[in-house]
This record gives sequence, C-alpha cells and structure tokens, in this order.
Amino acid sequence: MKKATWIRTVILVGAVGALELACDTGAVPAAMVIAPSAMVLALIKTVQSDDFGSNVERTLSAVAVAMSLSIVGGFAAGFVLHAIPALRRAFNPFLAAYYAIPHFAFYPLLIVIFGLGQLPLIVLATLFAMVAMIVATMSGLDRVPRVLLRTARVHHLSLADEIWHIRLPAAAPHLLSGLKLAVSYSFIGVIGGEFIMSTGGIGHEIAFAYDNFDNARMYALILFVLLVVTSFNMAVYAWERRLMRRRSA
Amino acid sequence: MKGEGASPKVCARLTDVTRVYPSRDGHGEVHALGPLSFDLHAGEFFSVVGPSGCGKSTLLDVLAGLALPSAGTVEFEGKPVAGAVPDGVGVVFQEDASFPWLTVEDNVAFGLRRSGVDAAETRRRVEFAIGFMGLRDFRHAYPSQLSGGMRQRVCIARTLVLQPRLILLDEPFGALDQQTRLLMGDELLRLWRETSATVLLITHALDEANLLSDRIGVMSARPGRFIDIVETGWPRDRDSRLAERADFGAVTSRLWSLLREESMRAMGQRSAA
Amino acid sequence: MTSLRSLRDPLLVAVSLVLLWQVMHMIAGDVAITAPVPTLEHLWTMVGQARFLPHLRETGLAFLQALAIASIGGVLIGVVLGGHKLSGEVSEPILVGLYSLPKVTLYPVILLLFGLGMPAKVAFGALHGILPIALFTMSAVRNVNRTYLRAGRAMRLTPAQTGWYILLPATLPEIFSGLRIGFSLTLLGTMLGELFASQRGLGFLLMTAIDLQDVKTILSIAVLISVFAVLANAALLAIDRRLHRGAAPEGPRR
Repeated sequence: MKKATWIRTVILVGAVGALELACDTGAVPAAMVIAPSAMVLALIKTVQSDDFGSNVERTLSAVAVAMSLSIVGGFAAGFVLHAIPALRRAFNPFLAAYYAIPHFAFYPLLIVIFGLGQLPLIVLATLFAMVAMIVATMSGLDRVPRVLLRTARVHHLSLADEIWHIRLPAAAPHLLSGLKLAVSYSFIGVIGGEFIMSTGGIGHEIAFAYDNFDNARMYALILFVLLVVTSFNMAVYAWERRLMRRRSA
Repeated sequence: MKGEGASPKVCARLTDVTRVYPSRDGHGEVHALGPLSFDLHAGEFFSVVGPSGCGKSTLLDVLAGLALPSAGTVEFEGKPVAGAVPDGVGVVFQEDASFPWLTVEDNVAFGLRRSGVDAAETRRRVEFAIGFMGLRDFRHAYPSQLSGGMRQRVCIARTLVLQPRLILLDEPFGALDQQTRLLMGDELLRLWRETSATVLLITHALDEANLLSDRIGVMSARPGRFIDIVETGWPRDRDSRLAERADFGAVTSRLWSLLREESMRAMGQRSAA
Repeated sequence: MTSLRSLRDPLLVAVSLVLLWQVMHMIAGDVAITAPVPTLEHLWTMVGQARFLPHLRETGLAFLQALAIASIGGVLIGVVLGGHKLSGEVSEPILVGLYSLPKVTLYPVILLLFGLGMPAKVAFGALHGILPIALFTMSAVRNVNRTYLRAGRAMRLTPAQTGWYILLPATLPEIFSGLRIGFSLTLLGTMLGELFASQRGLGFLLMTAIDLQDVKTILSIAVLISVFAVLANAALLAIDRRLHRGAAPEGPRR
C-alpha cells in the first residue's frame, strides 16, 4: 500500500475512533451526535424496519430516472450544440451561468406545478444534472483530434460510424467525467428535494426523524445515504480507471 | 530516366491545380498552392520538400481528396478525385493518428473490418502487416504503451493492410528523433519495394528526401509551385547506407541551393503574418 | 464591436428566457406560473415593503459570512495541501469524496451542532463553498511550473519576492476560478439551509409561500436570487477570463 493511502486510512480510522470515544465518555452529548457504533447498530435496525425498502426504492428509482434522462439528453443536446456553432454561441453565456443559479429555489415552484410527488423531484434533479453532461459532451467533442477525423475520411466512414467508432471513444474521458457529475447531481437533486419537502423517500425520512428527535434513526439514514452514494461513486471511479488505464500507461 | 521507358505509366496527375482559402482572420485569402501540374509515375518514390508553410500539406490534401482544389483537376488512375479519398489511396499523417482506445491489432484491422473483407482474409493481412512493421510483440498493447516511432508504425500498418496502390505520407517522421527517422526510412523503402506501390512523401528533411526518393519535387514559398524536380538516380535496392556514397552529398547540396532563397522568403512571409 | 457582440448573446438569451416564461404562463395559467410582468411588479412592491428587508438582510448576511469563511479557509487549506506533497496526497481523495456527497443530508447534523438559526446557515453555506476552493487552490499551487521557480532562483529572488512575483501571479487565475465556483456553491448551500427548518430569510419566505400556494411570491424570490447569482457570476467570469488571458496555458474551464 502507498504511504499516502496508509496515512489516510489511519487518519480516517482515528477520526471515527475519536468520535466514538468522545461520545462514549459524554464529551459530545448524544443529543448532538451519537457514537459511530450506535449509528451502525441503528442502521442495522433501520434496514430491517418495514417501510425502509419502499423508501429506498422510491429514492433510487427517482435518481435512476433523472440520471438516465440527464445523461442521454445531455449527450444529445451537447452533440447538437457542438454541431451548430451559432446555436452554441447563443447558449454559451447561459451554460456558463447555469450552475450559479441555486436550483433549489425553484423547487417550491415545481411542487406547485407538478404536485407533491416523484415528478417535481425528477424534474429538479434532471435540470440540475443535465447541463453538466451537456458541457462535458461539448468539451469532449471539441478535443477530438482533427487527425482522427481525417483518418475517418480516409477510411470512408459513414457519419454514424464516425460518431460511434471515432468521436465517442475519443471524447470518452470527458464524457465519463460528465457522467460522474450527472450521477452525483442526480443524487443531490432527489435527496435534497425529498429533504426539503416531500411525502416519502430517504431524504424525507431523515427530515422526519430530525423533526421527531429520533437521532438514532436520523444518523442511521444519513449513514446509509453516504454509504450508497460513496459506493456508487467508487464504482464509477473504478470503471473509469479501468477504461483509462490503457490510454495513459 | 534510368532503367525506365520513355513514357512511364501515370499513377496520379495534377493539372493546373491551385488552392486558395479564406484567411483565418476573415480578411482576404491565402493563396496556398499552384498553379501546379505534374505526373506521379506508377511505382516511383516521390518526395516533396519545401520551406515551412509552402503548401506541401495542402498538395497532399488535394491529392488525397481531403481538400478540393480551387481550380484545376486531380486524377488518380485516370479517374477524377472529387472530395473523397479514392479507393486504393492510403494516407499517413504527421500527427499520431493511432486510436488510443484500441490495441495495436485492432488499430491495424480497423479499416479492413469496415470494408467488407472477410474475417480470414482480414486476419491474414493484419498478420502480415504486423509482422512486416515489426509489431508482433506489441499486438495486444495499447498505443499509450508504445513510443512515438512504434505508434507511427501502427499507423503505417493500418494503411498497409488496405493494400493501397498510392501511399501518401505527410511528414510521418516529423516528431521522431534522428536515429529512429533513419530506421523508419529503411522500413519505408522496404515497404515500397515489396508492395510496389507508388509513394509520395512530404518532408522538410533534405537528407531524408534524398535518401528515399527517385524524384524530389522542390517547392517554392507560398503559393507553392515546383521550382525543380530533381532525379536522384539511386538504385531501387537501397537503404540508409546510401548516405556514405560520395555523390550523396551532391544531391543534398543541390536541394539546399534550390531552397535557400525560398526558405528565407518563407521566413519573411511568416514574420509578416 | 467585440463588446457589442459579447453583450448581444446574453441579451438574446435573457429575452428568450422571458419569452419562454411568458409562453409557459400561457400554457400553464396563473395557478402554476404567473406572467413575467405581474411577477416583476410583485417583486418590486415586495422589495419596497418594510417586512421584506429583514429577510433579505438575514440571507445576505448569512451568505457573506459563509463566503468569507469558505474563501479564507479554502485558500489556506489549498495552499498548505498544495505546497506539501504528502498531505496533499493524503487529503485529496477525502476532499473529492466529500465534494461529491449530497451535503443536504448532513444539514440535520449541522442543525444539531449549531442550533436553529444564523450559525447553522453560515456553516452549511461555508461547507458547500470551502471544498471547491480548497481543491482548485491545491491544484493551482501544485501545478506551478517548476521552471518559473528555477528562473526565480537563477535571478536570486528572496522567498518573499518569489511568493509575490512568481507564486501569486502563477496561481491567481486558477484560485480565482475556484473562488467563482465557491461563490455559487456557497449561495446554493445558504439557500438550502434556509429552505429547511428556518424561521427567517428568503428561503423561509419561499417555504411559507408554498403553504399559501402563492406562486407569485415563489417566482419573485426565485427570480431575484437567480438574477443576483447570474449577474455576480458574469462579473466574476469576466475577471476570471481576464486573469486567464495572462496565464500561459488555458486552465481547466468549468
């Protein structure tokens, strides 16, 4: 193991240990933070509770829909904008300012329009995630080396073949980082929305537990979300690493 | 012309070709090439030398069908070349054009797999090209694991499998060090001899042009025209040891005396731009 | 001519956005989306009312404090981690991991730690902003061209001169990009904090407006925040571009 990895592990384990100690000795009151061991126990209990499965399913299905919509739609939109420079010039200032807007300010409006269900969450998360994919697609396509496109012409590739065999793989590193952002933003959109106002889902459950001073359940659910998102991110990261390793040995 | 008939077979013919394109700042035009006429003889090794920015690469683009001439005609094997790369023409670029996401083997097979050649024949030709270019030990490697010279071999092999009758090379060794260049030059000569294809090489290295070519077109500063076409008269069976010959230096000197003034003009053009 | 052109495109987008808004209003009706003109009128009267100002001040103050903490803290962390190779290697994956977490889920923890009110909002806003600023600063410091430093040594610069004449100008464009992104994320974090369990501020007004189905107010506040965010971002982006023009290689654009 690398030295840095080693130190990092020690620090992380040490931090959890210190928190455990602080909680067990009462230096940090249980009304604020519960001990990590208590969190894990609560998590096990929570996972076994009846409504847990349906809440998880509800949240993850919304994330999956928003994620797919923003990846596919974002790629298509990015491709069109890349292909038509005039359109791109018109949209560029908008794209550059897009992530300056605090999207959650529009969530109340989406609730009024779509009602208090899955739809406003999906719309919010998709709007939030799609532009990252659009921007990544454009910068990926921008960086396809011209010589590869000339090679495509030498080999008489059709437009579809050129996209599939040249542009897509050449832009892949950028597309992947767009994909990672889209995944992360979809989670943020859905869980954030559920948290602020909704009738179900994990975010809602966390807010509900907070309102009812049920710290054990609250920390268990937060831990669950962090574990899910982190393992998802790590899976994407590992996949990216595998794809990229041979490109830059 | 030594060892050939009075009227050699024509592989490609350029007639009064010019190319003018709008300049990058949007004002005015750049007259890059011509008017230029010449015949590329079937089976010869022809090099084009000239000062930087004289339109050498434009000449190659026009010949390959990658760019349209503004005036004049281009023919390959008697048929006009119009906006598309003709069958039987292979191109190797200066930049690394290997696909970083494919193994050496898949890179080499790329063109064949999309041209309706059956699997057995594809395998046979890929096998031959990989062996010919000395890539056998690297067939499962990715380009990022190879040196620049090896990657350029991959690109040449990728062209070779298509069995082109005309191979166009646009400063393919430009990014390589001198020793690698010499070795790659030898490989290129071997390839030319064994495939009996016609080769047109764009280069800025006078020694390289001298060593490899039957004829060398010396281009003027922009707009590029041939000032002279020098015949070297080297035997077909040659390699880099040719440079030891006493008369070798004379040809290089001749090329340089033709080019010195043009190169200075070209430098002026560039600092004015 | 160039300035006219650079103004024309954003104006075009702004106009088409207002048009889109109008069209959506015509499709959806007043219940869902109020028309642009009445909404802006409503915003105007709302801003004029005395009871609106404390909320605006609350949000503004929370945002400014959070931004100050995120900027100073982020740059300091970034400089330390960028300058010291091992600590950078140790902490970068942790920072990146935290950056991509849905931090909304952590808000109840912040509330438990800081209590309901201003400190929690500030902490939450700063939590959003500090990570990108630290990450950008770290990469800026880490990627300073070693040749510049060698040139500085060759010219016998003192450490202070090296810092002022080489390190600062070499890292500033990249750090500023981080600050720009940190600005947006701090605003997002502050707003998020106000949307949940808050008793004052623009976010609180938004949430009360949902209960009253007061679309006009929701839209007014959302537009107010967005216009502020976009204008501030445009200004920062202009400075950012100017800084990057001086920098030799184009830095990563985000």
